[in-house]
Amino acid sequence: MLLLSSQHQNQIAAHGERDYPFECCGLLLGRFGEDGKKVATETYLISNAREETAKRNRFLITPEELLHGERYAALKGLDVIGFYHSHPDHPAAPSQYDRDHAWPVFSYVIVSIKNAKANGITSWTLKPDRSAFDQEEIVKGNS
Amino acid sequence: MSVTISIPTALRQFTDGSTTIKLEAATAGEALEALAVAHPELRRHLYDDKNNLRSFVNVYLNDEDIRHRSGAATPISDGDTLMIVPSIAGGATVEKDVAATLPQLSNDEIARYSRHLIMPEVGIEGQRRLKAASVLMIGTGGLGAPTGMYLAAAGVGRLGVVDFDVVEASNLQRQIIHGTRDVGRRKIESARDRLSDINPHIDIETHEARLTSANALQLFKNYDVVVDGTDNFPTRYLVNDACVLTGKPNVYGSIFRFEGQASVFWAERGACYRCLYPEPPPPGLVPSCAEGGVLGVLPGIVGAIQANETIKILLGAEGILVNRLLLFDAWQLKFRELKLRKDPACPVCGENPTVKQLIDYEEFCGLKADPGRVETTLEEITASELNRRLKQGDDIQIIDVREPHEYEIARLPQTRLIPLGGVVNRMSEIDPQRETVVHCKGGVRSAKAIEALKRAGFQGKLVNLKGGITAWSDEVDPSVPKY
Repeated sequence: MLLLSSQHQNQIAAHGERDYPFECCGLLLGRFGEDGKKVATETYLISNAREETAKRNRFLITPEELLHGERYAALKGLDVIGFYHSHPDHPAAPSQYDRDHAWPVFSYVIVSIKNAKANGITSWTLKPDRSAFDQEEIVKGNS
Repeated sequence: MSVTISIPTALRQFTDGSTTIKLEAATAGEALEALAVAHPELRRHLYDDKNNLRSFVNVYLNDEDIRHRSGAATPISDGDTLMIVPSIAGGATVEKDVAATLPQLSNDEIARYSRHLIMPEVGIEGQRRLKAASVLMIGTGGLGAPTGMYLAAAGVGRLGVVDFDVVEASNLQRQIIHGTRDVGRRKIESARDRLSDINPHIDIETHEARLTSANALQLFKNYDVVVDGTDNFPTRYLVNDACVLTGKPNVYGSIFRFEGQASVFWAERGACYRCLYPEPPPPGLVPSCAEGGVLGVLPGIVGAIQANETIKILLGAEGILVNRLLLFDAWQLKFRELKLRKDPACPVCGENPTVKQLIDYEEFCGLKADPGRVETTLEEITASELNRRLKQGDDIQIIDVREPHEYEIARLPQTRLIPLGGVVNRMSEIDPQRETVVHCKGGVRSAKAIEALKRAGFQGKLVNLKGGITAWSDEVDPSVPKY
């Protein structure tokens, strides 16, 4: 279960709308709780490192950027608990490509952007055997 | 050597929660392998099915990416720290959807393309992309020959070939798609035979036509990429504009003497040919290969670069020659590269284009007579007529305005050699009292010489030999070699 406030969901949607028709991406910072529960307390914007032509359906967060994000999180006593990205004009479901490039434990939040407007947000976690993604419940609540 | 591996958050569940693991290894690769042996659950996240480190797994040895050192073979010193840092990637499903619709490869094709297939940059999927792809080649000359042969060999599924010419002996020094026995044949037939011999698995579509504003758009529409192997400015601008209007990448190459150029003009991604050269050069300023010559191997090199970029475009590779003009000097053996920029004011691919359909490119390049201009009459004589008059004893002096090395190859009897560049300075060597016939190889330079002489005030009678020494060889004396 991922606790992601309306405010953070709106931030992710706004980032996706702003970068449309390209994919946006970013980190979710927060805390790992009990039983796989995660609490997001902050979103951390990343500029998509893919070159112009591939940005429409690809995003890349370089290890250097992730390290920056991790250092920033550590300063605030937080962890990187997951990542978000947008699917411009595609449903908010993970692709085979997403699965091939995913890590376990983290939450993968996907926001679908249709014609520059956010259209649904979902979260996913990779099964430990990498065979598939499980959809993860998003709970709004206050964080 | 003792090394400490720091485990990222995501993978700690497979190391019983340990954040660091100490082990013994001599190289970074050995350390990772030892880690995967000690914690088998980790392997599938670090390595793919083929036991290669996953592309998004980055390994840092003391803060330096091992890819910048020696990769897996990077040696480890005692007390080093190895960090595993994921790069996070993902994206929508578009490309996989496309992959499902690509044609399959037969076993024969798999055997044929094995050197492609074993490279992950091409692989089965890339080879299927090539099979599904189509390329239109304009011309089967010096550039088109190597381009076509390599694209056919690479397995581009559908190759269109446009040419209207006939194979001549003087083509064979560089147009290696045609052979000695093809002299006199139509180029598209000769090219088709050679290409289908190289690869019978591909479709070859021949278009025996001169590319014009009337047929270009219709032709280009049916292909993924257009390769420009032409040798003249009107066609080059026509290919460029038609590519911009149909949204196709234009893989450009040009050659002259020892110098070549190559680029990919792709308006969606960068500059087009007009962003680089908004205006054609004045007619006659840039000589053609027929006039200036070309080293035979040069189009081989430039054409192979065009084939290379075409294949990369079809594979969806990065690092394409877009917004880059490659200059090659075969004599110095030097490559140089210029950066190009898309011109926002470009009349065809800019923000407010004024060229929205194909125009008359002969006129654009100044090759059509301007009807408003009073024609300075150029008096001409045919080779047969000149021969007849010389035989009957008319007093005619013949001035050859070609270069000395051309004079070495072939010459007319009783001529004086004054190369075009010096014709005005050496005007006094021409007797204005006598009738003068001026000649070159094909009649273009001699016409220029006559114009220059008239402008410089030469008063005598000047007559141009129509078709130059080539016509003399055809009509009068076949023992004079054609070159």
